[in-house]
Parts: sequence; C-alpha cells; structure tokens
Amino acid sequence: MAKRPAVGLRRQGGVANVIMIVVALVFMVLFLLLPLVTVFAQAFASGLSGYIASITDPNTLSAIWLTLIVAAVALVVNVVFGLAGSWALARFRFPGRLAILTVLDLPFSVSPVVAGLMLVLLYGRQGWLGPWLEAHNLKIIFALPGMIIATIFVTLPFVARELIPLMEEQGADEEEAAILLGASGWQMFWRITIPKLRWGLLYGVLLSNARAMGEFGAVSVVSGNILGLTDTMSLDVKALYDGYNIVGSFAVASLLASLALVTLVAKTVLERQFLTRSTKEEVSA
Amino acid sequence: MSLADSRPAPASSLWGRLRGQRSILPGLGLSLGITLFVLSLIVFLPTAAMVGDAATLGVGGLVHLLATPRVLGAFKVSLGCAALAALTSAIFGLLIAWVLVRTRFPGRRLADAMVDLPFALPTSVAGIALSTLYAPNGWLGSLVAPYGIRISFTVIGVYIALTFVGLPFVVRSVQPVLQDMEAEQEEAAHMLGAGRLQIFSRVIFPAILPSLTAGFAMAFARGLGEYGSVIFISSNRPGVSEIVPLLIVNQLEQFDFAGAAAIGTLMLILSLALLCGIMLLQRLVRSGRHG
Amino acid sequence: MAGHVSIRDVSRRFGAFTALDAVSLDIPAGELVALLGPSGSGKTTLLRIIAGLDFPDTGQVLINGEDNVARHPRERGVGFVFQHYALFRHMTVAGNVAFGLQVRPRGLRPSKAEIKARVAALLDLVQLGWLADRYPSELSGGQRQRVALARALAIEPRLLLLDEPFGALDTKVRKELGQWLRNLHHDQAITSLLVTHDQEEALELADRIVLMSQGRVEQIGTPAELYTKPASPFVLEFLGEANRIAGVVGEGGLVRVAGTGDAVAQSIDPGHALAAAGQAVTLYVRPHDLLLEARADGAAVVRSVKVAGAFAKIEVVLADQVLTALTPLHRLPSLHLQEGSRARLVVAQGMSFPTQGAGGSLQFAAPRSFAMA
Repeated sequence: MAKRPAVGLRRQGGVANVIMIVVALVFMVLFLLLPLVTVFAQAFASGLSGYIASITDPNTLSAIWLTLIVAAVALVVNVVFGLAGSWALARFRFPGRLAILTVLDLPFSVSPVVAGLMLVLLYGRQGWLGPWLEAHNLKIIFALPGMIIATIFVTLPFVARELIPLMEEQGADEEEAAILLGASGWQMFWRITIPKLRWGLLYGVLLSNARAMGEFGAVSVVSGNILGLTDTMSLDVKALYDGYNIVGSFAVASLLASLALVTLVAKTVLERQFLTRSTKEEVSA
Repeated sequence: MSLADSRPAPASSLWGRLRGQRSILPGLGLSLGITLFVLSLIVFLPTAAMVGDAATLGVGGLVHLLATPRVLGAFKVSLGCAALAALTSAIFGLLIAWVLVRTRFPGRRLADAMVDLPFALPTSVAGIALSTLYAPNGWLGSLVAPYGIRISFTVIGVYIALTFVGLPFVVRSVQPVLQDMEAEQEEAAHMLGAGRLQIFSRVIFPAILPSLTAGFAMAFARGLGEYGSVIFISSNRPGVSEIVPLLIVNQLEQFDFAGAAAIGTLMLILSLALLCGIMLLQRLVRSGRHG
Repeated sequence: MAGHVSIRDVSRRFGAFTALDAVSLDIPAGELVALLGPSGSGKTTLLRIIAGLDFPDTGQVLINGEDNVARHPRERGVGFVFQHYALFRHMTVAGNVAFGLQVRPRGLRPSKAEIKARVAALLDLVQLGWLADRYPSELSGGQRQRVALARALAIEPRLLLLDEPFGALDTKVRKELGQWLRNLHHDQAITSLLVTHDQEEALELADRIVLMSQGRVEQIGTPAELYTKPASPFVLEFLGEANRIAGVVGEGGLVRVAGTGDAVAQSIDPGHALAAAGQAVTLYVRPHDLLLEARADGAAVVRSVKVAGAFAKIEVVLADQVLTALTPLHRLPSLHLQEGSRARLVVAQGMSFPTQGAGGSLQFAAPRSFAMA
C-alpha cells in the first residue's frame, strides 16, 4: 500500500531541498552522465565515417557475432536453470534448500576474476578435468565453451532470483487448481506457470542479457585473447584501447553503452508494468 | 519421476513449510535435478577445484604467500579503496535516494533510471570512459591537473572507478525504505516539537540505517571484486595501485596456479562473509519494513 | 453420478501437531455437508485430503467404495473451490471455465464447439454469461466465487469440495450466495462438502453438519439435531451463545442456583443418576431460553437493558455470575425491568453435561433436558 509522504513537512525546507537536489544532480552528472557522454563523444571523435569504419571492421563484426552467440547460449541456460531452480526452491521444501539458495547468490558476490580463475582451475589444461578433456579432444578454456561457461557463471542468479520471490508471492493455488481440473504436469507448466511468470521472466532475461553481453572480467580470464577469434565486444574494447585505437575502442563501447541504455529503458517500462499489475490486484482483491 | 514418491510440500500452505509433506505439484525431481546439475558444473566443482588447489600449498605456504609485500599491498589497495569508495557511495547514495523519494523536480524519473547505469554498463566500457574522463587531458582530469593532482593512472583512479560501480547498490537499498516510511512518524515528531535536523537524526536516520549499511556492504563487496572498470584507470603498479583481482590475473599469466588459487580462495571467503552479513542486514530491513 | 464418500480412520500429523486424529465419517450421495469448526480444527486438512491435495498418514478415503488415497487427484473426479478462488489470472472467465475440458487427453476432449457450448451453459447457470470475456481482476468477489464454482463444475465432478467459499465476502453477498448455492445444489444433486467456521452458514445451508475440534469429529447430525441435542458443551457453545449457570440438584430433580436457593429448572427425566440430590451441575441455557420475572424477592439483579434490533438484551447478576437474556422487543415493556430491579430466573429449556472420570480426561454422558420449573 502506498503511504502518504510527509508533504507538509517537505514544503517547509525549500532552500535546503534545492541545495540537496543540486548537489545530488551535480554528483550524478559527474559520476554517471559524463562517462556515458564521453563514450559517445570519443566514438564520434573522427566523424561519422570513422565511426562506421570502426564498427564494420571485420574484427569488430566477429566480436559482435561472438558476443551474440555467447549471450544466446547463456540465455537459454539461464532461462532453463531459472525456471527449474525457482520451481524447485519456491514450490517445495527439502533438506539443503537453504544451502542452495545461499550458493545461488555466490556468483553475484564473488569477483568475476575469481569466477574465471575457478573455471581455469577446473576445466583448464592443468585443471582437475584437464587430462580427461584433453583425452577427449575437448577444449574449453581459451575457447568458446569456456567463455560461455564464464558468462553463465556470472549471470546464473538473475532469472532465478527474479522468479523465486514472484512464485512465492503468487502461491501455488492456481497450479493446484489446474492439476485438480485434470491438467498434466506439462500442461500446468505451459498454460498456468509460464503465463503467470512471464513479466518476471522477461525482467530476469533482460538483466541477465545485459550482463552477459557486457561481461568482461570472468570472460577475459578464460579467453585466449586471440584477436578476432576469442574476443567478445567487451574484450574487443580493451584490445583496441590497448592498441591505441581509441576511436575504434569507443565505437564498440558505444554499441555496448547503447545496449545498456535500451536495457535501462526496458527495465523502467517493465517495472511500471509490474507495479500497475500488483496495485490493480491489490485494489480488486 | 513418480508422483507418489515425491515428498515435498507446497509453499503456499502453512503446514507445507514443515518437511515431510507430500505435494501433488509435479516436477520436483526434474527441476531439482537440473538445478543441481547446472550448479555443480558451474559453481560447485569449480569452487572445489580452486579451494583444492589452494590447499596444496599447505598452511605454511599460504601464510608465506599472503605475507609477501606484493600480495599484502594488493589487499591494502583493494580493501582501502573499496572501503573509501563504499563510504562515498553511502553518503552520496543516501543523498540521491532522499532527493529521488522526497523531492519533485523536472527530470526526476530520468535521474531515477540513470542510477542503474553502472549496473547496466559493461565494466570495460566504464573503465575506458572513466580513464579518458579523468586523464590529465580529459574533461575532468584537466580541471585538476594544473594543481598537480592526477586521477587517472593513480590509486585515486581506483577509488573513482569503485565509487562509480558501488553507487547504485546504496541508492537501491535505501530508496524503498525511504518510500515506505510513514508520514505519521515524522509528523508526530514534528508535533512534539522536534526540528527538521532532529527529525532526521532521531526518527529517519535510525530507520534507514540497516538498509544504508546493507547498501554500503554491497558496494564494498562489489568494489573488492571489481576488475574491468579499474584496470584502465589505474596504473596497476604492484604495491601502489595493483588491486587483488589484477594480481590474480597476473599470477595466472605466470602460471602460478596455486598462488592464484590461494588468493582467489581468500577472496571467496571474504565474499561469503560479506554475503552472510548482507543477508542478515536485509532480513533486518525487511522486518523493519513489514512490522 | 453423485459420489458417496466414506472417511475411515484418517489421521494426519504435521510434526508435533495432530491435524486429524482418526477421523471417520460418511457423506451420503447427493447431500450438502458442512465441515464446521474453529480454525485449527482440521477441517481444511480433511478437505484437502479428500481432494488429493494432501495425504493422510493412515486411513482411507473411499469414494463410491473405492479407496482414493493412492489415486492421483486428476482421476478422482473432484471439483474444488479454493478459499481465494485461485482463478487463472491471465485467462478470461470463459477461459477459466473451459480449462478443465481443454486439458483432457485428445480422445476424451470435447470438440471446440462443444466446449464453447458447455462453457456458455455453465456461465448461464452461474448467471455470468455477460462477463465471459472479462479477466478475474475485473470481477467482484461474489462474481469470482461463482466463476470458481462454474470452473469446478465444468469437469462434471462426482464430488464438489468448497473451502470457506464465502469467507472473503461481506455479509450481504455471503447470504445471497449461500442461498444461491443451496438452490444450485438442490438442482444439480452433486455430493458437496463445504468447509466453514461460520455456524450460521452451516446451520442455514447444510443437510448435515460435521462439527470438528482439535482434529476430531465432535458430532455429526442435521442442523436441528446439533442445535437441539448437542453432544457436548463444545458443540452447544460453538453453535450459539449460552449461559452457564452453576446449580445444585435438589429434591425431585429440581435445580436450584448455587448460593441462592432459587429453583430455576426441573429435570425432565428425574430417574437419571444426575438427579441425585445434592449433586452440583452446570446448566447451559441459551439467552432466549432464559426468562425473567420482575419480583422484589428475586435473587437476580438487572445490570443493564440494551435494545439490539428486534431483541432486547438484558444482563443480570445472580450469585456473582453475569447472565444474558434475550427477549423480543415488544415484550420488554410488560416485563417491567430496568437497571437495578430484582428478578427471578426461569429456564425454558437447558442442558447439562455431567462430567465423569478423573485424572484430566473428561467424558460426557448423554445430556439431560430440563423444562420450566
């Protein structure tokens, strides 16, 4: 329920409020807006033609392609894992459930570099599974599979974390009703559970996709940094920057920044959608 | 999976929370199986590999490694910068949250959406942007360069980058609590003769302190592990501006797997401790909001 | 097609809490039965076990003679109306009602046209045809309730289970819907089991009431039986207010109020062991069965007289006990009672439940009735 803000008290401090607003906005401009503007300003430093030339560079195009592949695979795994995990953790109680819930937060709190390191130590040539993988001619670290696994690691909690509270809040009554009306498990899943969760699922997918396409630390540890072969866009930004191709670096960065802006807009719209839905249900209940 | 074999409970019923109740909801075996399979390949096994590798050093080796000046220096830089940056984020994050919730000004919604930018912007993009912005010839760096102050390629740059990534954690932690706060409390304090500063320090601040602390802890945890946005703006000099994640990368590049694993394990333990602290704080925040 | 349900020795524990303790009962085909009891009495657990949403630790649930405990809920042919309706929020009213038919296996599924016709007929039955394309969030509570009912009826259940069906509605809608359900049940003749904590609802609607307390069945009977011949003080007090009057049995089964000597009631069957002279009894008397006569030598003192609608509520103090009497408002003037006046009590009818046995466990023998002294 929305609570009444203290309007009467707020009105009293006109001058103090103006000062606070100004300080907050100046800070936000310096710390948030200027970096963003810098990206686009530098990207277009040598005009539109320079920008287009940088974007259409074969290395850049292959980085974009690789990013899309990595993000797409990570997305599928995240959605499947998110749905399975939230169903198991929100709908059932079993021993070890709390432990799994805690582990689920680990990828958010551990350094991406540590995440990459752990994967190298497991799947790398000297890693625990190294000899076995080599014997079967499977290359994970310094190759595409490693980058995908690293991306999955850092984005794993997004969808599940969004769906678990949503499922708990919605309760299981509708699913139970569906079963009592004769639905099979999959009928219930596709016709009741998924439609009930759709906005939360979309929200989680949006956040995890933004992170997947932009992940740098974990992916850089497991990638071989072979230009044009194992560079995602985020890694390409560094490669170009280190090679003093500033315009090229910021051109790729501007694409990622645009993705971030689109994500922010979509997120805001979705949040408003959520909000109106829940208030509507609250009013009519 | 057979339905008769599952013995879980629907979360919706009061008694279902107790173990041992069977449920007609299907799919526990399948969904839990997928969950554990993915977690094993992505989280459990890699964690075990790292901790196992670190253990090969033995206690003596570990202590010896962690006591080297380079490792100590990196932890000093990481912990110090992350703490200072989280503190800065806490102060300005609180201010921003306050302004967003309690005041109305043109562009407020845009500003609200902008807060999440550091969440959404890839760290390498933030890194090159901040580095360019604060370089001696950058828009902001050139303002302070005449006074002999350098930001990019110094430890100050590390602090700036970590403040950037930490800010949204504080705002998004404090904002909902401020939003939920009831006008009656403040009005009651006002009727009892409290001044505006007294209302803030004795009524409002104690109420938001748990969420502010949680936001600080999240910003600190994030800053401790941050890599992408820092390596561009820092000079990355060992002992001066080399952060722990970069040290791990450097050790990996020198094929010192055990050393990297040891430092990584220490970072993991720090992360877990912070995670537990944050979870406790958030529980405190929730109980404050709902009761 | 109506189902006859037999519950045999069903027990259910949740940790240390016993929700159901060896419950047995029969629900004859075609009857409307109310499971009545306070919260925590186990009635909802029993309903969920019959539906297959929960499982008994021991015991059997027989529907038309077959044990259903091991059966999957979807094979039980049970219609269930959830307390909060559990309507599918992303489907229209028509979509909700059609769901049970649409999910049938291909061979058993009616054609699209048939489903449409059945849904239309069901919505007409619940008088909601005009809302077919609305979403649940656009309906009032009473309308949602009827959609939930139509959805449950769509699968042509042998048994209809309703969990607190009117709990979330305001009093007026609740009464209307209750009557409407009663009529619907009369027309459809589906065995129906309704859980409620509202004794008035149960008394008005049900053919038969199962009164539960602490996981046990206290009494089963028609509303009239439960009301006039309660098996225990619990049943008596749950079904309506009652005064407790501490009394002593005197000569000839005459009960006198303890500490006053006023005779208020006479045992109807003085041969019973209870009537032994000198025995202490507790008389349970409903407020409208407690009659007052203004008398200067009366042992009761009027504490207050309040008008509550069609009745006047008179509180009297008698030997430290506060008792309540209800009298039709039109009779109040002829009683000549006001605050402070003295009165004599007469019990039109009442009951007493002799306690027997010691060591904490209480047993009740058959109750005894008293008529006016």
